[in-house]
Amino acid sequence: MILKIENIEKKFYDPVEFKVLNDISFTVNKGEFLTLVGKSGCGKSTLLYILSTMDTDYTGKLTIDGEVVTGYNQNQLAAIRNEKIGFVFQFHYLLSDFTCLKNVMIPALRLGRWSAAEIEHRAMEKLRLLGLADQALKPASKLSGGQQQRVAIARALINDPLIIMGDEPTGNLDSKNTQVVFDILKELSQEHQQTIIAVTHDNDFAKASDRTIEMMDGRVV
Amino acid sequence: MRINRNIAFTYFWASKRMTVVAILGVLLGMSIFMFMNSMAAGFDRASGESFFKSTPHIRIYKDDVVSAPLSSDTTTRTLIINPKVVPNKVTIENPLQYVQLVKQHPAVTVAFPQVNCPVFYNNGQSQITGTTIGFPPDEANRMYNIASYMVQGNINALAQNQNGIVIGSGIADKMNIITGDHINITSSRGVNMTLAVVGIFKTNNSKEDKSKSYVNIATAQQMLKENGVFVTDINVNVKDPETAPQIAAELSMLTGYKAEDWKAANEAYMAASRMRKIVITFISFTLLIVSCFGIYNILNMTVSQKINDIAILKAMGFNGRDVVRIFVYQALAIGAIGVILGVVFALILVQALQHVYIGGDIGYFPIRFEPWVFLRGILIGLFITFLAGYIPAKKAAKVDPVSIFRK
Ligand SMILES: Nc1ncnc2c1ncn2[C@@H]1O[C@H](COP(=O)(O)OP(=O)(O)O)[C@@H](O)[C@H]1O
Ligand SMILES: [Mg+2]
Repeated sequence: MILKIENIEKKFYDPVEFKVLNDISFTVNKGEFLTLVGKSGCGKSTLLYILSTMDTDYTGKLTIDGEVVTGYNQNQLAAIRNEKIGFVFQFHYLLSDFTCLKNVMIPALRLGRWSAAEIEHRAMEKLRLLGLADQALKPASKLSGGQQQRVAIARALINDPLIIMGDEPTGNLDSKNTQVVFDILKELSQEHQQTIIAVTHDNDFAKASDRTIEMMDGRVV
Repeated sequence: MRINRNIAFTYFWASKRMTVVAILGVLLGMSIFMFMNSMAAGFDRASGESFFKSTPHIRIYKDDVVSAPLSSDTTTRTLIINPKVVPNKVTIENPLQYVQLVKQHPAVTVAFPQVNCPVFYNNGQSQITGTTIGFPPDEANRMYNIASYMVQGNINALAQNQNGIVIGSGIADKMNIITGDHINITSSRGVNMTLAVVGIFKTNNSKEDKSKSYVNIATAQQMLKENGVFVTDINVNVKDPETAPQIAAELSMLTGYKAEDWKAANEAYMAASRMRKIVITFISFTLLIVSCFGIYNILNMTVSQKINDIAILKAMGFNGRDVVRIFVYQALAIGAIGVILGVVFALILVQALQHVYIGGDIGYFPIRFEPWVFLRGILIGLFITFLAGYIPAKKAAKVDPVSIFRK
């Protein structure tokens, strides 16, 4: 077991009080490829932000890698995100003033586990894996949305995180590239025991994953 | 961490035009701050120098005593009191012993007895009124640096000639006298003397030049019909003029006579000098602070432009302190460049003004490179820069990434 949530609830108060997540509990095993599906507005993104430790405004308990992180302070959570979680966002991808390569390198430079030369080498590997080696030195802002999303995936992989989370990580990709990304994620979970939690609208994508959790109106069905 | 600096410099280059404007702002503020403060320091030094050419740091003299009523009992009897200055002699008893005593104080550099004597310089039918000052010429020269404003002759010649006199240039002009001539003077006590002019001085105060002369102390005592222990003042210089008030108090305790420091003696001068200092400090600080608004402005803009970046960085594990550093580094980079260029520009201004001739008693513009002023400017400049960066950076550190991603 790598991640566990117990009785997660969250409310929004603006414009009116509204319970967006209602008593959600589940566990995710190490190396599992999990997909989250559900209609738009059912609370998938909100849940994923809580799982990723970025949103701390909830009730319930979140355990990551054996540590109860609920109640941790912002610095502790930042360290956990840096080391253990890779995240691919729904629309916000890259730092536009940097090259693709630099974008991929930044989380590793923050972590400081490897030398700069090693990090650059690793970053090139990840870009190659996603078919972007030739774009490495381009400024991030010069890439198409699909390419940017793939760079963001490469960046999520750079620190060999225990968990990779994606909010529609293939939402901007054509079927060929969706297949490429799916295969990479599958391989990471099977061969490197990395855990994948991905929100998706793509039924084929969900069906091919190890497990699918369906949500409706803030509950797990 | 290096990556924070790295990101900071990328942002630094990303908005070139605003960066340049911010640097120019700091440059101007810094250079004018340092220039104005150098100027203030220069004015103070110049006026201090000319001031101490005729004023000792401390003057010890016998103060007038006002008569006290014979009885202090004012309740039972009716007393008619008529306080008056006691008609005592203005002399200091045992002056040489006191001079020795004063000289033993560790802070004292020069101390000598002085006798002032009102005189008339006789010029045929007309007379010029003035004062002749009797003192030991060697020590007086050490205190007032008389040699620096001698225009003819030599102050040391006075020590060798007991009948010598050094006169102001105004007197010399009026009486058409040059060094080597003789001058006839009459004292307020009616003593008449003919003395040999061994030198002529010219200060920056034409009134003094038209009335003042220097003689040996014995000559002044003779003119007052007094003996060799008659001394009206003991003049004292100390190592640091700023400490004169405390030392004056100590010397007063030591000798029992009144010891007046130069600040107390020249309240009007001190008030004007304080006023000047306050005005210059206020204006230069205001300029410095205003000049750092450029940094505040650019940092605020960068923070709001890069709010998406900040959210991504925080999601990837950068904490609040990292974010603060990124923006403070950016501010400090701008500030440091501005400060360095500001120092260079201030040096150029100081150099240029040093060669401007004002004339009068000022001569060349009294400004020079003041290491302390520059050091203080650099520290204050960097501190304000830091603040100008820190305030927006703190705002950036508080960004909640989730609220950005939801948009
Ligand atoms: N900041 C917010 N304030 C109020 N309601 C919000 C806020 N963010 C999201 N919501 C609402 O919460 C619900 C779940 O949103 P979200 O988690 O983004 O859904 P999903 O990702 O499944 O499409 C939606 O009804 C949305 O309108
Ligand atoms: Mg969503």
